[in-house]
Amino acid sequence: MDLRLSAEDLAFRDELRAFLRASLPAPLARRLRTGGKASPEELRAWTRTLADRGWSVPHWPVEWGGTGWSPLRQMIFRDEVQQFPAPEPLSFGASMVGPVIYTFGSQAQKERFLPRIARLDDWWCQGFSEPEAGSDLASLRTRAEPAEGGWRITGQKAWTSLGQHANWIFVLARTDRTAKKQNGISFFLVPMDSPGLKLVPTELIDGSHEVNELFFDDVFVPDENVVGELNKGWDYARFLLSNERTGQARVGLAKARLRRIRELAAAPPDGGPAPLDHPAFQRRLAELEVQALALETTLLRIVASGGGEEGEANPVSSILKLRGSELQQATAELLLDVAGPAALVWPYGPGEGAPLWGADAAPTYFNLRKLSIYGGANEIQRTIVARSILGL
Amino acid sequence: MDFSLNSEQILLKDTVTRFLGAHSPFESLAAARAEPFGWRSGVWQGMVELGLAGLPFAEDDGGFGGGPEEVMIVMEALGAAQPPEPYLTTAILGGTILKSASESARAGLIGQIAEGTLRLAVAWQEAATRWSADEITASAEPSGSGFLLSGRKAFVLDLAGASHVVIAARLGAGLGLFLAAADRLTGRTTGYATPDGRRAGDIDLGGLWLEADALIVAPDEGGEVLSRALDAAAAALACEAVGAMQAALDLTVEYLKTRKQFGVPIGSFQALQHRAADMFVALEQARSMAMRAIMAQSSLPSEASAREIAAAMVQIIDASRYIGQQAVQLHGGIGMTEEYRLGILFRRLTMIGRLFGDRDHFLDRLVAGPSLLERIEP
Ligand SMILES: Cc1cc2nc3c(=O)[nH]c(=O)nc-3n(C[C@H](O)[C@H](O)[C@H](O)COP(=O)(O)OP(=O)(O)OC[C@H]3O[C@@H](n4cnc5c(N)ncnc54)[C@H](O)[C@@H]3O)c2cc1C
Repeated sequence: MDLRLSAEDLAFRDELRAFLRASLPAPLARRLRTGGKASPEELRAWTRTLADRGWSVPHWPVEWGGTGWSPLRQMIFRDEVQQFPAPEPLSFGASMVGPVIYTFGSQAQKERFLPRIARLDDWWCQGFSEPEAGSDLASLRTRAEPAEGGWRITGQKAWTSLGQHANWIFVLARTDRTAKKQNGISFFLVPMDSPGLKLVPTELIDGSHEVNELFFDDVFVPDENVVGELNKGWDYARFLLSNERTGQARVGLAKARLRRIRELAAAPPDGGPAPLDHPAFQRRLAELEVQALALETTLLRIVASGGGEEGEANPVSSILKLRGSELQQATAELLLDVAGPAALVWPYGPGEGAPLWGADAAPTYFNLRKLSIYGGANEIQRTIVARSILGL
Repeated sequence: MDFSLNSEQILLKDTVTRFLGAHSPFESLAAARAEPFGWRSGVWQGMVELGLAGLPFAEDDGGFGGGPEEVMIVMEALGAAQPPEPYLTTAILGGTILKSASESARAGLIGQIAEGTLRLAVAWQEAATRWSADEITASAEPSGSGFLLSGRKAFVLDLAGASHVVIAARLGAGLGLFLAAADRLTGRTTGYATPDGRRAGDIDLGGLWLEADALIVAPDEGGEVLSRALDAAAAALACEAVGAMQAALDLTVEYLKTRKQFGVPIGSFQALQHRAADMFVALEQARSMAMRAIMAQSSLPSEASAREIAAAMVQIIDASRYIGQQAVQLHGGIGMTEEYRLGILFRRLTMIGRLFGDRDHFLDRLVAGPSLLERIEP
C-alpha cells in the first residue's frame, strides 16, 4: 500500500497545472475562482482548447479522441481541472451520451456524433425524467410509435438541464407497451430543432434558468437515430446513470471551495471579525476537510480496483454519488456561513450586480440542493447500497 | 403554567390567517416583489387596518396594547404566508427602539406606525460588523445645532420602502440612535433584493447632517436599547420561523400522501416516514423554545430574557435548516422550483439564521454567560 503518486504521475500533474495556467483565459479563471460560471460560449471555446491538446474526453477510447491514460491519471486530470478551477466538460455529451454511443452505438453513429461531442460542436441534453417518472424512471410514458423510416415520439419530459443551449437530446421512450416496464424502452437521439418539439423554461429557487420542460408532439426520429437494440434502452440508461454518479464525486470542486472558504474566513474582504478565529468554525472547516480526504481516498480505491466492468452499472458508484453530493452541499453551506450577513445580497432583481463578495453564497447553496435529488435521489442510492452491495 | 391561547388570541390568529389567505396568497408574491418597494401598499394598509402595525405598542402611546404573545401569533401567521411587507422591521425592530425613545421624540410617531404612515428601517449593521453592535464604526459628531455623521451602513432590511430610518452611530463613548426621514438619505442608498424575496440596502452616511432632535436615544443608552430591540426582533423572527416550518412540514406531508412513484404514495416508504417524523420533532422542539422566548420577554429581566432568546434562536436555526433542507429533498425536483410554494419558505428559513446572527453568534452569547439551567425564576 502506498498513497504517494509516482514521480511520473507527479510530473504528469505538474504538466496539467502548467497547461491550465497557460491556457485558461485569465478573466474566466478569476470568475470561476470566486464562484462564477462559464458561459456556454466560454465552455465551447475551452472544450476546443482541450480538444486541440487531445484532452477534452480523456476517458474515451483512443480511437475516438481519448488519451489512453490510466484510470489514476484520468482521476488526477479531473481533480486538477476541478481544483484549479477550470470549466468541466459538459457531462451530457462527454460522460453520458458519448460513452453510450461508443459502447452501444452503430459505427455510423460513432463517426457522426463522437467527434462533435469531443469539441462541443453539439450540445447535448438529457431527456429521461418526466413529471410522473422521477425516481421511478422506468414508468416513463413518453412513447415512440413506428412510422415510415423511423419513429414518432409523443410525450412530456421534465427537468431537462441546459436544454435551452442544446441542439441534441437523448431521449428514453417506450417502444413496446406490452412488455414489462423496463423491457419496452428504447434510446433515441433527437435534434432539438425537430418539428413538434417545444421547450418551456422552469425557474429554480436560486433564480436560475437551468432546467426546462420539453413537450414532444409527434416528433419524427429516423431509424438511424435509435441507439443499439430496440427495447434495450433501459440497460443503456442504467449504464449511463452509473457513469453520471461516478462523476458526481467531484472532490476537486469541494477542495477548491474549501480553499476559498479558508481564505475568506481568514480575511473577510470587508474586514471585521474573521470566522477562522472562531473555534467552532475552525472545527467545521476541519471536519469538511476530513470528509473531502475520505471521499478522495474512497474514489482512489475504486479507481485502483478497476471500478466495475466495462458497460456495466456499478453499485459502488452510489457511494460516490451519496458522499459527493453531501460534501458539495456541506461546503456550500459553510460558504454561506463565511459570508454571514454578506449573503443577504441577492445577485438578481433590483440592484442587480451589487458587487459584493457574498452574493453567490445563497444562490449556490440553494442550487446545490439539487445534487441529492438528481442523478438518482440519495434515498434511492441508499436503497441501491442496501440491496446491491449488502444484499438486504 | 399555561401554554394555551385565550379566545381573543385565537380570534386574532384566525383573523390574520384569513386576511393573508385572501389578500396575500402565495400566487400573489411574485408580483409583490416586483413592486417598486418590493411590497404592496394595499396589503400593508390592510394589515394596518387589522390593527397589526400598532399591536405591540402601549395604548397610551397610540398603540393597541398587545404583548409578546400577540406578536407571536401574528409572526407565525406571517411565517406561513411570507408576505414581503415590512412588518418585522417597522413594528418590532424599529418599534422597540421607538418605545425607548424619549417621550417627546416618540410622541406621535407610534401613532403614525399604528396608522401605517411611518415605516421604519434600522441601519445598525455595517459591512464588517458581522452582527455585533460593538463593531460599529459609523460615527456622529456635534456640529452646529445638530450632528454630522460619517461612515457606511449595510444590510439595512426593508430600506427601500421605509419612511424613516433609525441610524446607529458612535457618539462620544456611546452609541447614539438617530431618526432620519428617508428623503434625507436620497442619493445615499444602494438597494438590492435579498435571497428571501425581500429588499435591503446600504447607506453612505458621509457628511449627512441631522438636527439635534434627530437623536432619539442618547449615547449612554443607545447600545442597550439597540440590543433589546434586536432581541425582540429575534424572538419575533423565531415565531415567524415556526410558522414557516409548520407550513413547510404541512406541504411535505401532503406531498408524501399524494405523490406516487413505483405505483404507491411515496409516503409509504419508511425512509421518508422517518424523515418526516424527525421534521415534526424538530418543529415541536423549536416551537417550545420560541414560546419560551416569548414568555421570557414579559416575565424575565432583560438580561435573562436575552439569554432565553439566544437559546431559542439556536434551536430555531437548527430546525429551520433541517426542515428546510428535508422539505426540499422529500419533494424531489418540484421542491427546487420557484413556482412551488415551498421555495420561498426554504429561502426564508435559510436566511432567518442570518438576519440578526447565526448559530455561532447566539451560541457565543450563551457560552459567555452562566449555565442556562440556572434560570432566574420570575
Ligand atoms: C436541477 C435539476 C436538474 C435535473 N436535470 C435533469 C436532466 O437534465 N435530465 C433528466 O432526465 N432529469 C433531470 N432531473 C430530474 C431528476 O433526475 C429527478 O428530479 C429525480 O430523478 C427525482 O425525481 P422526482 O423529482 O420526480 O422526485 P420523486 O421521485 O417524486 O421523489 C420525491 C422524494 O421521494 C423519494 N423517493 C422516491 N422513491 C423512493 C423510494 N422508493 N424509497 C425512498 N424514497 C423514495 C425521493 O428520494 C425524493 O426524496 C433534474 C432535476 C433537478 C432538480
